[in-house]
Amino acid sequence: MSSITTLKYTLQLADNVLIMGQRLAAWCGKGPILEQDIALTNISLDQIGQARSLYQYAALIINNMPAADKAHLFNAPLLQEKINNQHTITEDDLAYLRDAWDFRNCLLVEQENGDWAYTVARSFFFDRFQYLLFTALQKSTDSTLAAIAEKSLKEVQYHIKWASEWVIRLGDGTDISKEKMQQALQARWEYTGELFAMNAIEQAAMQANIGVDVSSLQQAYQQQIEAIVNEAGLQMPTAAWMQTGGKNGVHTEHLGYMLAEMQYLQRAYPNMEW
Amino acid sequence: MSNENKEWPLWEVFIRSKAGLDHKHAGSLHAADAQMAIENARDVYTRRMEGISIWVVESNHIHASNPEEAAAFFDPAQDKIYRHPTFYNLPDELKHM
Repeated sequence: MSSITTLKYTLQLADNVLIMGQRLAAWCGKGPILEQDIALTNISLDQIGQARSLYQYAALIINNMPAADKAHLFNAPLLQEKINNQHTITEDDLAYLRDAWDFRNCLLVEQENGDWAYTVARSFFFDRFQYLLFTALQKSTDSTLAAIAEKSLKEVQYHIKWASEWVIRLGDGTDISKEKMQQALQARWEYTGELFAMNAIEQAAMQANIGVDVSSLQQAYQQQIEAIVNEAGLQMPTAAWMQTGGKNGVHTEHLGYMLAEMQYLQRAYPNMEW
Repeated sequence: MSNENKEWPLWEVFIRSKAGLDHKHAGSLHAADAQMAIENARDVYTRRMEGISIWVVESNHIHASNPEEAAAFFDPAQDKIYRHPTFYNLPDELKHM
């Protein structure tokens, strides 16, 4: 089993939770009510914590690789130079020194927060996927990934609860809340297809028994989403066309703006700590 | 749009910090219903491992003694020392008496 496969697979898992966590963090101080502000920040911190574990593991793999294997890992010159100069890579380097085209997160998580319903819809679709993914990833032959999956799963169970209850609350609420929730589900649904479309990294990781066959999760996902949508008195969203690209480094315009803000400090003041 | 009822009701939160102890009043918060109140309490009051069990009750269900009657209510107990179990020696292992 090649360590490149493990590295790339780990980075993809990490990118999803980092970008999702960063998006939710933007609600900090702006939530509609103090208690929900804290709830969202809490979820965000869970996800950034998961990202840290995964990036730490990825950094370890890079640092243990022979120089020849890691000479062309990333497009971002800043990070690649650091690797080529035999510097020890850290979790922060991976989060802050890669450019958008090096990120492999799905398009769903990078979508803008929008209003409360859009934020809920995105989390609702993502958290349910994470639940199925981490449940299966616990069986990975890579013991580190299996352990991270097991630990994260407890957090994700709460995230699902939070998002699902909001879908039900808004769907089963007033005419306006119902309309807004329905609209948000419809708008974000076209980004869910990509979750189950295996890219080359996932294929390789699955064949090496370290990764999950995400395409096999789709049926359960659809059923579980539908159950909540029905309970909320909403219509299951439909899409004639599913957007893809993020998992292969082709992102929507939103990711670049987000990274510019997230990475600003480390770019402007390298190695700055506070 | 009218502003009435836009505020969520207030809830009092009680946390049991570990098995064997009582639930203690931790504070209050806003929530739309009991389920949300428990989840908000989880996020607001137990993030640093403060608890293993949560009770919530809507604040308007709490009936309190009147502070102005405190003297009549509580002071007479002061000079009745024979009601207090202070004459027993407690073993050191007994922590939460």
